[in-house]
Amino acid sequence: MPLPPGSLLELTPQGLYCPAAAAWIDPWRPVPRALISHAHADHARPGCGEYWAIGSSEGILRRRLGAAIRLLPVEYGQLHRIGDARVSFHSAGHVLGSAQIRLEAGGESWLVSGDYKRCADPSCAPFEPVGADVFITEATFGLPIYRWRDGAAVAAEILAWWQGAPEQTSILFCYAFGKAQRVLAELAALGVGQPGQPGAEGREILLHGAVQALMEPYRQAGVVLPPARPVSELPRGESLAGRLVIAPPAAQGSPWMRRFKQPQTAFVSGWMAVRGARRRRGTERGFVLSDHADWPGLLQSVRQSGARQVYVTHGNSDGLARYLREVEAISAEPLEGDFNAQRGGERLDGEEPAAQPAATLSKDGEGARASVTGAS
Amino acid sequence: MRRFTALFGELDARSGTTARVETLAAYFATADPADAAWALHLLLGKQRRRLITGRRLRQIALEGSALPEWLFDDCYAHVGDTAETIALLWQQLEPETSHGTADGDPEESLLDQPLHRWLGELLPAAAALEGAEQAQAVRRLWQGLEPGALLVANKLLTGGFRLGVAQGLVLRALSQVSGLEPALLAHRLMGGLQLGGPQRDSAQSSAAAWNALLAPAGGVDGPISRPYPFCLASPVEPEPGAPPLPGPASDWLVEWKWDGIRGQLIRRGGEGFLWSRGEELINAAFPELIAAAGALPCGTVLDGEVLVWPEGAERPAPFAQLQRRLGRRAPGRALLAEAPAVFMAYDLLERDGEDWRPRPLSQRRAALDCLLHGAPAAATAPEAGLLRLSPLLSLPAWDSLESLRQQARAAGAEGLMLKAAASPYRVGRRRGDWWKHKLEPLRLDAVLVYAQAGSGRRANLFTDYTFALWSEPPRPGEPAPALVTFAKAYSGLDDGAIAELDRWIRSHTIDRFGPVRAVEPLQVFELAFEGLQPSRRHRSGIAVRFPRIARWRRDKPAQEADTLASALALLQSPEAPEASGDVAP
Ligand SMILES: [Zn+2]
Ligand SMILES: [Zn+2]
Repeated sequence: MPLPPGSLLELTPQGLYCPAAAAWIDPWRPVPRALISHAHADHARPGCGEYWAIGSSEGILRRRLGAAIRLLPVEYGQLHRIGDARVSFHSAGHVLGSAQIRLEAGGESWLVSGDYKRCADPSCAPFEPVGADVFITEATFGLPIYRWRDGAAVAAEILAWWQGAPEQTSILFCYAFGKAQRVLAELAALGVGQPGQPGAEGREILLHGAVQALMEPYRQAGVVLPPARPVSELPRGESLAGRLVIAPPAAQGSPWMRRFKQPQTAFVSGWMAVRGARRRRGTERGFVLSDHADWPGLLQSVRQSGARQVYVTHGNSDGLARYLREVEAISAEPLEGDFNAQRGGERLDGEEPAAQPAATLSKDGEGARASVTGAS
Repeated sequence: MRRFTALFGELDARSGTTARVETLAAYFATADPADAAWALHLLLGKQRRRLITGRRLRQIALEGSALPEWLFDDCYAHVGDTAETIALLWQQLEPETSHGTADGDPEESLLDQPLHRWLGELLPAAAALEGAEQAQAVRRLWQGLEPGALLVANKLLTGGFRLGVAQGLVLRALSQVSGLEPALLAHRLMGGLQLGGPQRDSAQSSAAAWNALLAPAGGVDGPISRPYPFCLASPVEPEPGAPPLPGPASDWLVEWKWDGIRGQLIRRGGEGFLWSRGEELINAAFPELIAAAGALPCGTVLDGEVLVWPEGAERPAPFAQLQRRLGRRAPGRALLAEAPAVFMAYDLLERDGEDWRPRPLSQRRAALDCLLHGAPAAATAPEAGLLRLSPLLSLPAWDSLESLRQQARAAGAEGLMLKAAASPYRVGRRRGDWWKHKLEPLRLDAVLVYAQAGSGRRANLFTDYTFALWSEPPRPGEPAPALVTFAKAYSGLDDGAIAELDRWIRSHTIDRFGPVRAVEPLQVFELAFEGLQPSRRHRSGIAVRFPRIARWRRDKPAQEADTLASALALLQSPEAPEASGDVAP
């Protein structure tokens, strides 16, 4: 369903547009002014005149969109006047520097969720509930079969899995930006990396180049991560038995994998809640951990927004909208547009992108030519 | 149940062969014998019985729940399995009671009840109830379980439970635990374990079955119906210019490879038994063969092929005729006359109650000849014509192999069997002694027209394809002729190609009929299949046997796909009796 004409936001071929601010939110194509919810590839695209984004995502954005982009760093909760609109960014709890974007003009307020989650995550600021008249929410995991467990509990399972195979290399596939650092931060909270603990100095967790490239912005933001180093720094022939390696999903089946002799493998994603998805993935284990809201999280956020009108994008938008209308008696519609088409590719790979500049890949020096162009 | 759920989870999570054998052995070594027997039964995929349909389980799950039916169905479409959908949703279907297990249940947690009690008692009891009582009983079971166990319980209820462990691994684990040879265990497992029904003594009988399975070698006698594990052949892949198999051709016995049902015909203790390769007792479907077995001396076991072979015909009827004889418990007189069965014997496994499998094939075969031709009882019995001897074919030298193979189609066979004359009768598929040399499959290029999502592992992916042929050759500049659907295929693509085709299907859908998508007729696939028969049931007028995808012909435009006429030209025996109305498509 299109947005009603004359609304604060309208849907243009470039994406969601706010005429009062003369700005697009997470535009799909180059525009003069872009408000960026977070640095994942399907939300931040190159070629725009200026970017407004949370300051802690600056490093990642510059790395991915070019060092010379015109970027205006903002803080959570700051109120900005852009054109005739008042704009503020609020924490979305999705990844480092992720934001919901609130716009207000002509006595009406809209909140665009971007990607968000409600579970605790030691690698980024927690979700902040924000009120608005109209709420545009994602619904990537918009089915009641998706209910997340605590991230710490999942990390404990990952630790047990890793420690249970002291003679093998354990390769954990997670999206390079966001998921990988969340897993590392959760492991650090369990003591991983401290002296005498798994992953201590000398037995550090090893990283694929694509993950390594994103560690620095997280460390700068003060996120506590265990010691880690690129696999490529290790001398050839050094035994990798008992080591944990973190790699993006695209590395699975690539020549980069040849270095590891009979590793055990696992994939970390919300999609792993369903057995069929886990088996298709071709890894032995699936750990259910997502940076998107689960079903209860989506409902809770809609209720807390207090919105009189809800629009749903991404994933099961039809289903969530229908549920809100029929069961919660909230006026809700799926928002038509390129949201899903822009994600491209198989849904399974669509949770978070693992986008990486080609330069980082070749720096890894291990022939990881697999195209790591994720889209979510 | 707790331990079995853990076993299920571990097997699901570990893919290495050694790790899985270890996991199984650890379970078998410590499980209660009655539980171990049931777990083994499940591991071998023997629990085929459906206790409650998925549709009924869905109904029970939704009754009295706030979850809208359409949302359940959305979830099901995403998961692809009712048992799993309910396991994932149950917490929110019944949030106030499903947490934990200690809501005052007097007989402790259901999860702690042993597996044999679940399978022998609790689940069948719930299945035997009806209406509201059944719904209540099933919900009571669900309430005692956490999601992992709930999935297992639901899968046990809806039947067809698979742990996805190859039988060879299970045997290795059993062998580790018992110290017995895998071949002996395989033999003892033939025909299944006697687990007993939902009676009081089911625990004892299950435990007894387990103990008998693992009893020291030589000690126990099995039931008289017990078949031997089948010896299986591997495909031979001849290199041009080299002999296809070691040694001179005279070291090998050559027979037709029949296109029927592999069977073992047993005559023991005055009774006859016919087993299929899938270890189903198929006595009821083939009463005439059981009667014919009466002519055999007691203590005889034959290996051979069940075929439909009309009296006086030069070759067997097409496989579709044989299919008519399956699936019904007892064939009527008309069907017996229309589709008469024969047992084409090619090996002798037991003679006078002695296991002949270690003897060389040449000796077994000579005794078999003697038995079927020379034995006066067999020769004079009216049913003697139903027990036949698969003829040995003459292969003077390797260079006549190919011309012999080319005669297979005319003989109504699907190729040749080559068996080492000196070989014993082995257990299972062991490369070296038994080889099959099939005819090249028939091939046609067909256009993808419909796709449907798979189930289970393939849920969410379009993996079931329907293919069509042109009704006549397309001509440039003229309206396209009709596409006639012709075959369905589920297999032949690797995971990468499936994913790619899935994306293509989603973006080239032109119509939807329930779960089926019609797609633009653009993609061409080379299909391979084992045979073609005329059929009135199919719109194309042709029924295909074992269709599968040989190649994705990305290079071929749809206009260049084959026509119905090219398929009809492949029908090698147009005079073959037409498959009549009740053949399964
Ligand atoms: Zn994202
Ligand atoms: Zn996204």
